[in-house]
Amino acid sequence: MRQLRKNTGWRLFIQTVIARAYPRVIGQQREKSWMFFDIFLPIMGISAYVFVYRAIQAPEEYVGFVVMGGAMTAFWMNVLWSMSSQLYWEKEQGNLALYIMAPNSMMAILLGMALGGLVATTMRAVVILGLGSFLFQVQYQVTNFIQLMLIFILAMVSLYGMGMMAASAFLLLSREAWHISNLAQEPVYLLSGFYFPVKSLNFWIALSASLIPLTLGLDAMRQLVFPSGASLGFLSVPVEISVLFILSILFLFGSRYLLGYMERLAIKEGRLTESRR
Amino acid sequence: MDFAIYTENLARIYKIRGGKKSEPKEITALKDVNLQIERGELFGLLGPNGAGKTTLIKILTTLLAPTSGWAKVAGYNVTTEADMVRPRINMVSGGESSGYGLLTVRENLWMFAQFYGISSKDANQRIKELLDVVGMADRLNSKSSDLSTGLRQKMNITRGFLTDPDVLFLDEPTLGLDVGASREVRRFIRKWVNDHPLRTILLTTHYMVEADELCDRVAIINKGRVLACDSPTSLKKRLQSDAIFRMEVSPLNGLEINQLENIPGVGKVSHHPQDGSVILELILKQDDVISAVVNTMTVAGVRILHLQKREPTLEDVFVDLVGRSMEEVERVQNATT
Repeated sequence: MRQLRKNTGWRLFIQTVIARAYPRVIGQQREKSWMFFDIFLPIMGISAYVFVYRAIQAPEEYVGFVVMGGAMTAFWMNVLWSMSSQLYWEKEQGNLALYIMAPNSMMAILLGMALGGLVATTMRAVVILGLGSFLFQVQYQVTNFIQLMLIFILAMVSLYGMGMMAASAFLLLSREAWHISNLAQEPVYLLSGFYFPVKSLNFWIALSASLIPLTLGLDAMRQLVFPSGASLGFLSVPVEISVLFILSILFLFGSRYLLGYMERLAIKEGRLTESRR
Repeated sequence: MDFAIYTENLARIYKIRGGKKSEPKEITALKDVNLQIERGELFGLLGPNGAGKTTLIKILTTLLAPTSGWAKVAGYNVTTEADMVRPRINMVSGGESSGYGLLTVRENLWMFAQFYGISSKDANQRIKELLDVVGMADRLNSKSSDLSTGLRQKMNITRGFLTDPDVLFLDEPTLGLDVGASREVRRFIRKWVNDHPLRTILLTTHYMVEADELCDRVAIINKGRVLACDSPTSLKKRLQSDAIFRMEVSPLNGLEINQLENIPGVGKVSHHPQDGSVILELILKQDDVISAVVNTMTVAGVRILHLQKREPTLEDVFVDLVGRSMEEVERVQNATT
């Protein structure tokens, strides 16, 4: 066999991002059970809220709020289970050691995980949104499409940035990572206002919840697609765009710093390989 | 001289945090390990489970920091120049379940090749060539979750060779494989080293036959220390002047092993209880000492079922160095943990 040429630098970085995204974008679609777990179950959850709102004769926009929130839960679940606690599973499988030992950057691995998760989850979210809107006859009226796209992109960048940061922080954890993810799942549904306008919460609670990018992302998107959305919004759309921009920068740089620190610590303490070895 | 692997006084101590009912403690996994492995060598680390083999591999593959001492791999320090070491190495562990079950064999291997910067075209070509060599060409598009343990391990081994490393670490590569698959894997490993004169393999094993058959040199390691390091032939020559007997006897009837070891001229005795009998391996200073051993057994009412004089093996070298067989060491360790 002839001598192999190996890319380095940014080429290696991009190759790594694409390669790590691949199992999520392609592999995950092969397990058809995702249609039941990722589509049917969320639709059931959405239905419960829709029936409650209709029973109490809440404004029809609330049904739209719920459908949109239900679609966005897919991203939260993905960040929680497939980003934050992912490195624990990778460690137990033996992949983490191979990732670290390879010449690629771990940041590229995390980015690949995030990108792959984002693409796969967007497919699921779009199906939930479409199906929910069809079933419950939701009407949308987009006032500013560019702002809507900008908010979605910023919300995703900052959300997955937060996921990357959590993944780095969880690098040293063992089974506790699973418990922490479990613990964080439900409270965020409440704090981020997945099924109601976050403005309904106390101002300071809503402000604290804004550290989770989906809170402001969802709030801003609702303001832009429903006629009465602006009156139910927590902060104005430009302010929410600015905060999301700052969060994106903070989380991305934070994850980079934390990853380097945690990797060094894990190598020092010997916590990079699966517990059975 | 330019060594593939060089270690000097390498040591690693694990600190175990105390719980509510237990004190914190320290476990010495490696102590004063000095190794010089030349380029082109197939070097074996032989020792029981828990001897420190995997810890040493983790340090050499940049996954673990040594507590003291230092190591160089492919000419670079594993602690301070990890970024230079990583493109030049790869590792395969026995029984590993790396990769993703939903991906095919080709996709998994392609993914790992990307992490080393190999172009998709080159990667796919090499994957086909290597799978052909390990007899898995027909499984290229099988999902890796559908593979048997043996095939999965062959896929892992292919992953290790795929990136064409200067130094390849194989940690118990035939663990859990059946005899046929182990033989094929060993044949492939030997061929790879023969075909690439500057490529180096560090292989850890607790199978004596594997070390004997494959390795140019072997280091015997126990409790984190390297006890001996030489070619298998030279190691066995240390026992050439001794007489080695394998004896199958009826249950020992209260006869203690140290009664046998106290007989003048008896070096080491290791015993392996079987179903209804006991296998004894005896290292004697001279042939005629066996008669005193037989007498002692007869007096104790132990029946001799089979007696055979044989050539020394690496197992005997291990017994001679440690005082127990590898199996006994593992048995004692399992009982105390």
